[in-house]
Amino acid sequence: MNKNMIRRTIFGAALAAMAAGSIAVPALAQRDPAYAAARAAGQVGEKMDGYLGIVGSATPDLQSMVDDINIRRRAVYAERAQAQGATLEEYALTAGCLAISNTTPGEKYQAPDGSWQTRTSAPPQRDPRCP
Amino acid sequence: MISAKLTSRASSAHIGRMIGGLGKRLGVIVLAGSIPLGGCINLEAPDKPIVIELNINITQEVIYRLAEDAGNAIEQNADIF
Repeated sequence: MNKNMIRRTIFGAALAAMAAGSIAVPALAQRDPAYAAARAAGQVGEKMDGYLGIVGSATPDLQSMVDDINIRRRAVYAERAQAQGATLEEYALTAGCLAISNTTPGEKYQAPDGSWQTRTSAPPQRDPRCP
Repeated sequence: MISAKLTSRASSAHIGRMIGGLGKRLGVIVLAGSIPLGGCINLEAPDKPIVIELNINITQEVIYRLAEDAGNAIEQNADIF
């Protein structure tokens, strides 16, 4: 019983910390400058599965940045998918369709054949199921 | 069919173990016979990257249903998209 209570307290404190963290971050925050620069330089691109990928060779800094963003994306997908009664993969793929559409000329994205493409002013090559 | 041969021989080895004697010897012969067969399997590395369609079962209907909410999710989390 006592252990359980301690666990609950720790869990509650963790939840409170998480809630405080999410409140501290503005809802419509801008991209981190390092992320914006990596996108513009074509070092990272939008994958079909809704996550960010490294296009060229991975450096430790680039890898940790991409991992961080993808973990946060996954958390958003998981929460939203549950609310929509969908699977994480379904939601992530849908977001991937939109994220690829949202790329601007010069940015990289993954085509349905798995290759990296550079976005031009023309519509991107997307999965035929994309809306 | 190689697989059929292997299956039937393996089962006789099993019976052999149970009755002992001749059966045991038969089992050894069967095992020895299967070793060269096992050695004939060749695996070659593909020269092209393997593309795995993980999301092949997701239907267009589901994607269309989720699109509006996913668009809002991207807007509300603009820092990570």
